[in-house]
Amino acid sequence: MKERIPIVEKILSANDHIAAQNKSALDLAGVLSLNFMASPGAGKTSLIEHTIKKLKDRLKLAVIDGDVATSIDADRAAAAGAQSVQINTGGECHLDAIMLQGALSELHLEDIDLLIVENVGNLICPASFQLGTHKSVLIASVPEGDDKPYKYPGMYRGVEALVINKIDLLPYVEFDMEYFRQGVEILNPGLVTFPLSCRTDEGLDAYLAWVETEMEAHRRVVQ
Amino acid sequence: MHELSITESILEIALRHAAEAEAEKITDIHLVIGKLSSIVDDSVQFYWDIISDGTAAQGAVLHFRRVRIEIVCQACGESYHPEELDLSCPACGSRDVRVVAGEEFRLEAIEVE
Repeated sequence: MKERIPIVEKILSANDHIAAQNKSALDLAGVLSLNFMASPGAGKTSLIEHTIKKLKDRLKLAVIDGDVATSIDADRAAAAGAQSVQINTGGECHLDAIMLQGALSELHLEDIDLLIVENVGNLICPASFQLGTHKSVLIASVPEGDDKPYKYPGMYRGVEALVINKIDLLPYVEFDMEYFRQGVEILNPGLVTFPLSCRTDEGLDAYLAWVETEMEAHRRVVQ
Repeated sequence: MHELSITESILEIALRHAAEAEAEKITDIHLVIGKLSSIVDDSVQFYWDIISDGTAAQGAVLHFRRVRIEIVCQACGESYHPEELDLSCPACGSRDVRVVAGEEFRLEAIEVE
């Protein structure tokens, strides 16, 4: 005989549970963690290199890099002066909380102020998996086109800050900033946004100031 | 691509609840998925047939209940169901809105024998 068993359980509850553990571990050690998400080639690693170079005298930084294969990104972060761990997802299109938990165990969290997690380059899947990081940052870039908020609403809805990279290319490509920002505004009203260029350094200071402000606010909360 | 990990989670939850109920076989799985969740039904079904093979859930039928988007405007209180991507309030134009339905992603029930 058939019997119906009501469950009402979130499908990703196991992931969410580990994400909560990750967040506790980070809070306990006083680490602020940022989850960098973007499409491939938007400039995640370049922005991380700039962040390390500009802030390493004031903050102790670490980077966890997620990629399908290779350790190119972690090597770049290490060369810029941060502790780094590479996660190779072996084909998976996103990082999940369990992968991050493994990577966190390879770092000395007590020696870190700011941890940047570089997610797999992808505008869809990473949005569905909580990691336990404190803030999510989306890095868009001008050559991707101004229609991306409209095409990837899940990603644009779920972040706390937006970087628009490669603004030095605005004179050369068709990118309607007003149309792009409208798309962002209907999904994530008032989202803090930093137009910048990792090539010319234009706009970087505002972004770096935001990171430091978040760092101070985080210290006050966890202390 | 992430439908594989999602399907594995569905299987794990279903098998756990079936074992708790001491059921021998799962015949149906009821999923509730909001329209804002980017899940492809066919892809979940594809992985399901592979990973449930040899388990108590082998051959179980997946039922997808899609939940439409519901939004409440925080400025004027209007409640509405946008069909288009623009989530702003049709009554007053405000973008200060709250999604109250459409982000569901859960396993609602299983049927067992």
